[in-house]
Amino acid sequence: MTTTPAQRAAPGPRPRRARLPWQRVPIWALMLLACFLSVVPFYLMFVWASHPSAEVFTFPPHLWFGDAFISNWQGLMQVTDGQAPRQFWNSLYIALISTLTTLFFCSLAGYAFAMYDFRGKGALFGFILGTMLIPPLVMDIPSFLVMNNFLGWVGEPRALWVPGMANAFGIFLMRQYISSALPRELIEAARMDGATEFGIYRQVVLPLIRPILATLGVVTFVGAWNNFKGALIMKLSEPDTMTLPLSLRRLGGGATNVNVDWGAIMMLVVITVIPLLIVFLLASRQVISGLTSGAVKD
Amino acid sequence: MSQRTAPRASWSYTRFQQRFAPYLFVSPFFILFAVFGLFPLLFSLFLAFHFWSPLDGMGNWKFVGFENFGLALGPTDMFWKSLKNTLWIGLLSGIPQHLVALPLAFIIHHSLRRFQGTLSTVLFLPYITNAVAIAIVFATLYSERLGILNYLGGLVGLDPVRWLGDPNMVPYSVAAVVFWRYVGWNTVLYLSGLQAISEDVYEAATVDGANGWQKFWYITLPLLRPMMFYAFTLTIVGSMQLFEEPFMLLNDGGGSGGAGLTSAMHIFNTAFRDLDMGYASAMSWLLFLAIFAMSMLNNYLFSRDGGKK
Repeated sequence: MTTTPAQRAAPGPRPRRARLPWQRVPIWALMLLACFLSVVPFYLMFVWASHPSAEVFTFPPHLWFGDAFISNWQGLMQVTDGQAPRQFWNSLYIALISTLTTLFFCSLAGYAFAMYDFRGKGALFGFILGTMLIPPLVMDIPSFLVMNNFLGWVGEPRALWVPGMANAFGIFLMRQYISSALPRELIEAARMDGATEFGIYRQVVLPLIRPILATLGVVTFVGAWNNFKGALIMKLSEPDTMTLPLSLRRLGGGATNVNVDWGAIMMLVVITVIPLLIVFLLASRQVISGLTSGAVKD
Repeated sequence: MSQRTAPRASWSYTRFQQRFAPYLFVSPFFILFAVFGLFPLLFSLFLAFHFWSPLDGMGNWKFVGFENFGLALGPTDMFWKSLKNTLWIGLLSGIPQHLVALPLAFIIHHSLRRFQGTLSTVLFLPYITNAVAIAIVFATLYSERLGILNYLGGLVGLDPVRWLGDPNMVPYSVAAVVFWRYVGWNTVLYLSGLQAISEDVYEAATVDGANGWQKFWYITLPLLRPMMFYAFTLTIVGSMQLFEEPFMLLNDGGGSGGAGLTSAMHIFNTAFRDLDMGYASAMSWLLFLAIFAMSMLNNYLFSRDGGKK
């Protein structure tokens, strides 16, 4: 499972009849079409964000960039009452704090399940996996009621990140990686040297599991950044708590109305998507291989 | 389980923390699950049998037995219709996802291996993007008078299509967005499944004189079975909970005629707009049963075919 495609392809060309170049044309055409369709909505959002609002919907449509980036930003500040940066910060705050807490608690639990023998380990791990069978949707109503009637956290960002600090998927991913990548002797050696149990985790384990931390980190960040339904349910709709997806909904909901500031909306779309593109492109290989290796093992 | 039977005499701080550290390390999950998982689940099950709005205050719930469930399954409510919509959109988006992803993965794996990394990154891109933002982009493409789709259709002489206005068209329009988001994810899953198949098996088959089609049918497909099961399961569980795309494209009512009202949207409206928490809880449990039944069906189909091979 750990052999990468590069390693596998390494021992010379495979015994296969060489194909004529023109036979590869359909394959390339198909792939280029698939890539084009994947990318074109991203391209268009940037194109639209760079044209004056009145020209976002023109006939024939714009297919190349314009010069209205700045004025659309000003338009966005106007329609959001200057709150756009604040909304960006709210989304970032929730995504970052979700990511850090999830990485910490999931790696700690995954380490315990991978490297310790303790009474009830199998049952506890089985229970954690079992919770993955609950569809998230079933949790919407009861978690709102807990936040609303017991904790009073509705309208506060912590209603979004506290429940997700440790999750079954993260623990599973961490355990898989740690048990296959770290030898137990390493832990024993550190123990001989007099390290405390938490010290071993912090000084030996954490530095060695960076790749899988990157995978889980990106996945958690993207999930928290994109959490629309959660923000909707927990009513993060005040100016000081509104996140980007809610703001998008407020400006662009039922989006066929032409009489709104489309340049501003597209600017907000771009702002919502750019951090995702950056985070993913920085770690895409790691994320993809980390996610699918967990899938194959299952 | 514990191979280490500690001699009682040599008690020390080291041994003490060694014994309790793992419990401490795994406890955050269980504490969080108790507060934000188990208790809410039980509470929601309790509410499913009651009539209650959060405005009534704690304790003021009225026991109604199976009335909530009966109402959902009866002819007057939208629940059945929403379930049908959900299934229909799920089929329209789900089946093409796998019919396209499998050949794509196969071509990349066998003919374009050098570009595998780049291609997976590009195809994976839609999966990580923001559903709300993308729904706005697609709504723009779908615009009846000024959208690019109808513009392109006009170039080849087609009449404008009311992508989001015509109830017959709505499921296709929503499904197309879902398809766009997840086809790359499935391709990447299948790609990693293909990589896990050893080359030796193919070489042995070549020696035995198998042709390309036979190799695909008798080697690739059976060995890809676990990954297909996994990918199908994710598609089923995901499509049954579809919410953001139709909610953004069509507003919370699901567009004209409610053709895009999914069960998740209907439950959301009942709970958070009408504040009928008991009824919404009952419906969410019914949807859970539907998801469970479909997963079981998927499981059954896969294990039965697997037994035959």
